[in-house]
This record gives sequence, structure tokens and C-alpha cells, in this order.
Amino acid sequence: MTEPQYYQKLKTIVSPYLPDDVSVDEIGMDSHFLKELNINSANLVDIVLDVEDEFDIVLENEDMEAMQTVRDAMVIIERKRSS
Amino acid sequence: METSEIILRLPYGKPFVFVDSLEQAGEEGVTGHYIFRKQSVVYQGHFKKKAVIPGVLLTECCAQIGLVCLGIFLTAKEEAPETAFALSSAEMEYLIPVMPGEQVKVRSEKIYFRFGKLKCKVWMWNAEDKLVCKGVLAGMQLKQGYE
Repeated sequence: MTEPQYYQKLKTIVSPYLPDDVSVDEIGMDSHFLKELNINSANLVDIVLDVEDEFDIVLENEDMEAMQTVRDAMVIIERKRSS
Repeated sequence: METSEIILRLPYGKPFVFVDSLEQAGEEGVTGHYIFRKQSVVYQGHFKKKAVIPGVLLTECCAQIGLVCLGIFLTAKEEAPETAFALSSAEMEYLIPVMPGEQVKVRSEKIYFRFGKLKCKVWMWNAEDKLVCKGVLAGMQLKQGYE
């Protein structure tokens, strides 16, 4: 899977969890899920669970903690898929 | 963990405890009971002409028995067990009213407990075994002491 494909898939996963005042267009590679996209920690758990289903991977607590931005998520997904 | 131990670990105090006893607690869910006391002053204003238990309190009862008691059971093995969970979402349907003095039974079924978030289905029945309300509740494990 190419980088733009990962990015597109992540955007699709994240968008339903965005608060009303943040639009999909505001999602960038370096967007911080909690601080910039204003996603709360409860919804971030659901995003991580959706990522697991979409990419068929299992994430651990440390992955969850490391997944702060869209780019972080892409790096972690890529690593899990290739291991 | 014994069900009586779970009750002792609940972070709530009067007048906001909505758990009397637990019938069963396990990895997949919890069953418990509560009687909405006739003497509670809350019902005097809900409604002014006829007392009915407010939906928010039915939800609270479902959350305390179904979500928090289950959370206490599930985290009992952790090094620093957590007794408090902050409700993060609630989607409920209310089917029939509950009057002061009625006893209810609540059952929960775990959907998942991952990364500190516990999500479960809940059901509440009255003493006649009729479904009172049902829904899906989720809460986040709190890391500071709320006991």
C-alpha cells in the first residue's frame, strides 16, 4: 500500500469521530489527534480499534500511546503490517 | 473477586449510590439489583404531580451496576486497580416507566475493554421481568483516585 493510500484510509476512519467544529479538510499528516483535531480520548480508542479492523493488525498499549498524529499512525500501521 | 468486594470498592456515596447488590460478576458482564427508594426527595419534583424515576437515573443505575461494577471486576488484577470510570457515551432507549419503591435488575454484557475504555450493552428489567430500558454505555478508566 502506498503512502497516499494509507493516508486516505486513515482520513476515512478518523472523519466520523471529528467534533462538529473540525472539518475533514483540516486533517493533515501532522495533525495531532487530541490537540489539533480535538478528538477526545474515548473516541481515539474507537479510532484505534477501527484501524485494527481496517488493516488487520493488533495494537498494544505502547502503540496507542505513540499514536499521536496521523503520521505516527501511518508509521505504526506500516511497521505492524510488515512484521 | 467477590461481588461484595466490588460493592465496597464503588466510588459513590449517599445519595448517589444506585447499586444494592450484585447477583453475578464475570469477565463478560455483571448482574445486579437496586430499589429506587420511595423517600428520595428527587422524585418530589419529577414530576410535580406524579413521581416517576427520571431517565437519567435509570441510566445512572445501569452505568453503576453494568459499567462501573464490571470495570472494577475487570481491573481487579491490575497493579493499581481502578474503581472509577468516567461515562464517555450513552445511547439509551426507555420503554416503560419506573415508580419510586420499585426494584430493578440490571444486566451488562461487555462489548470490549481496550486501552482503558470499557463499552458494554446494558438492560434493565422491573420486578415483573419487563424490560424497562436498554442501551450501550462506555466509560474511560480514571487514572487518579476518585474513591
